[in-house]
Amino acid sequence: MIYEAKSGHPGGSLSAVEILVQLYFDYMKIDAKNPGWPDRDRFILSKGHAAPVLYSVMAEMGYADTPKDRLNTLRKLGSVYQGHPDRRFIPSLEASTGSLGEGLSMAIGLGLGARLDGRPSRMYAMFGDGEIQEGQIWEAAMSGPFLKADNVVAIVDYNGIQLDGFVKDIMEVAPLADKWRAFGWHTIEIDGHDFKAIKAALQEAEATKGTPTCIVAHTVKGKGVSFMENNPKFHGTAPNAEEFQLAMKELS
Amino acid sequence: MPANTRFEVKLGPATREAFGRTLVELGRENKDIVAVDADLSKSTMTVYFQKEFPDRFFSCGIAEANMIGVGAGLAMAGKIPFVASFSVFAMNKGFEQMRICAAYGRSNLKVVGTHSGISIGEDGPSQMSMEEIGLACSLVGFVVMAPADEAATKALVRAAAAYDGPVFIRTGRPKAPEIYGADQKFEIGKSIQVAEGKDVTIIANGLLVAQALLASGALEAEGIQARVIDMHTVKPLDREAIGRAAAETGAIVVAEEHLVDGGLGVRVAQAVAETNPCAMEFVGLHDRYAESGQPDELLDKYGLMARDVAAAVRKVLARKR
Repeated sequence: MIYEAKSGHPGGSLSAVEILVQLYFDYMKIDAKNPGWPDRDRFILSKGHAAPVLYSVMAEMGYADTPKDRLNTLRKLGSVYQGHPDRRFIPSLEASTGSLGEGLSMAIGLGLGARLDGRPSRMYAMFGDGEIQEGQIWEAAMSGPFLKADNVVAIVDYNGIQLDGFVKDIMEVAPLADKWRAFGWHTIEIDGHDFKAIKAALQEAEATKGTPTCIVAHTVKGKGVSFMENNPKFHGTAPNAEEFQLAMKELS
Repeated sequence: MPANTRFEVKLGPATREAFGRTLVELGRENKDIVAVDADLSKSTMTVYFQKEFPDRFFSCGIAEANMIGVGAGLAMAGKIPFVASFSVFAMNKGFEQMRICAAYGRSNLKVVGTHSGISIGEDGPSQMSMEEIGLACSLVGFVVMAPADEAATKALVRAAAAYDGPVFIRTGRPKAPEIYGADQKFEIGKSIQVAEGKDVTIIANGLLVAQALLASGALEAEGIQARVIDMHTVKPLDREAIGRAAAETGAIVVAEEHLVDGGLGVRVAQAVAETNPCAMEFVGLHDRYAESGQPDELLDKYGLMARDVAAAVRKVLARKR
């Protein structure tokens, strides 16, 4: 998709694959045939630049507004697959995102609304480790435990890289888990590429009452493609033809 | 409002007070009404709602960006959230969140700004909102309203709750002169002619509606019949009433408690340019911050009184072709 579009964010999409696959294909209570089901769980991709992985997973799930045979139109004029998630084009998306730092606040609002209605829905917001440099994330981090939004799960895709380089060189966010614990979140650290660990963390989050959970998922940017792994260049650069062929070979 | 009976100022409750009371009424009628505030509930008057519906009130602390996001999330869950703060904080600190979560994301969010304009008074410019109408109007799909008095606020807050989409409502701190009787009907986007006149039209909203009516009354002595229109909805704008006023009176003065850059005036001017171009003058704040003082003193010093509106009328009539 990103190769065809000749622009996009491959690295941060690949680091989030296992978490989205686990959420959509296994853990979340959702129905692709009935996307407006009021009791559904909801996922907000706060790191909207990882749209390609979300589109791929939703297309595989069979949502009517995410046709699989159109995935290669990513970022092209008229495509439903906009550069960042856009509900005007894909109503099955829970939120339009792309401006960093905003997804967790919305997830908390969704959680409070579901609680008022006595719905079992759980809300998942995924954001990047660079993204949490945004101040709004910490406003939301303060409010989640205070408002006892225990149906909310924050997932940090801790891949260590942002656009300009390594997070530690741009604006260090460590110690990450300690920060979330200090803000009152039940915090779990996992290997974000380990399906069993992801599932166990989601179960632990669901069993945790009274406060929301933050899953700090240690991931590898560009996971699965040797030359993209841990390479800041592929935060926001599409592969060229040669790189694309090599990547497809490695991923297959 | 009967035609051109001499307007006299009789102070009613502040528009923020009317908002707070109406929110409670709405809360009783609809369990989906919820409120979100950022440590100003005793000033925005969402405190009334909090007292009656503590489970449906969410305190976000002094964190407006998150407050707007949480409000949007509540809307996405099917609630009708009223999010309130001083206009200056809600709009300036929550603008980006309104843009992404409510405008672009199309959520049913209602944002109520209180303590708008310079009539907040003693707190001074850091708390004064003079830009939010322009900013709100630049949010795609938002309805933007600035009611003049208690009756208008009650009706328009109700209209906002019934409307499916994002809304910004501007309210004020001081007691507001009564313009309307309790039976006046209000509709989003439909202005109200509060005084008849054929020589010139004064278009105003908020606190300036009363000043416009006072000016209209004073001008009668000079043989000038000034029509007054309350443009309570700035977006969508009542272009039909504006075009008609331009055609029938041939001169327009716009009066608002806002910077003349980006407020009601420029929007009316655009509508006039596109319908029936005519001479116009603008009463408002001209590229400067105000200062601390009592609300009346400030409105006087910064040129937002009936006297200033009347002066603008004389000026525009001199240019009228």
